[in-house]
Amino acid sequence: MKFGIMVNEGPYTHEASDTAYLFAKAALEKGHQIHRIFFYHDGVNNSTRLTEPPQDDRNIVARWSKLAAEHKIDLVVCVAAALRRGIRDENLAEGFRISGLGQLIESGIQADRLVVFGD
Amino acid sequence: MSETTGGVEMDEDVSGVVKKFLYVNRKAPYGTIYALESLEVVLIAAAFDQDVSLVFLDDGVYQLAKGQHTKTIDVKNFSPTYRALEGYDIEKLYVEKESLEARGLTTEDLIVPVTLLPAAEMAELMDGQDVVLSF
Repeated sequence: MKFGIMVNEGPYTHEASDTAYLFAKAALEKGHQIHRIFFYHDGVNNSTRLTEPPQDDRNIVARWSKLAAEHKIDLVVCVAAALRRGIRDENLAEGFRISGLGQLIESGIQADRLVVFGD
Repeated sequence: MSETTGGVEMDEDVSGVVKKFLYVNRKAPYGTIYALESLEVVLIAAAFDQDVSLVFLDDGVYQLAKGQHTKTIDVKNFSPTYRALEGYDIEKLYVEKESLEARGLTTEDLIVPVTLLPAAEMAELMDGQDVVLSF
């Protein structure tokens, strides 16, 4: 099955982005495809390379970048939501790109299922 | 990148496919940004000619309440935008009956015409959709 994923919460404060990541990983392991992961609301904070968690904690941002590189997943950050929160190309982590909300709608149209992870 | 289609070039991959999109609005209009950013999605989505419905339930029913005055909290009152949705061919607005009644509101208190649905029928509506986005 071809999945689209939407992440609506930032890292660490909410579990939503962890759950989205674990879902994506599990889906890929089962042989499913991830068409795109779209970051919206505070979810855009998953994409900043300025994130520095303590050494003994998971690095949520780096984890997304690694997943994208290994499975060629399109990580899209909403431009309007990103600019509101100080996310721009200069501080974007590896594997993410900034684009418009149309990418989310397109994902809903092209994927077999669009799964939303939020609060 | 196109402004009106939110970064997507309309091509054969997207045009021609019509899916049923449902936007579920569950939160009060102010206090969090969910309602405002949900509306931004709905407006962009209008360019894709999909079959769009909006649902308002829980505190989401307050998004449609008449008489929103936001000057003192220094936030823009975006409720007039709901009245503009008709111009984007977005006319299917549903409000959950129980949510409205629990808050002492009636359809008279809302800024746009809506269809009232009891929770059980709301479930049927959701079941019949291709894509459900919950905010």
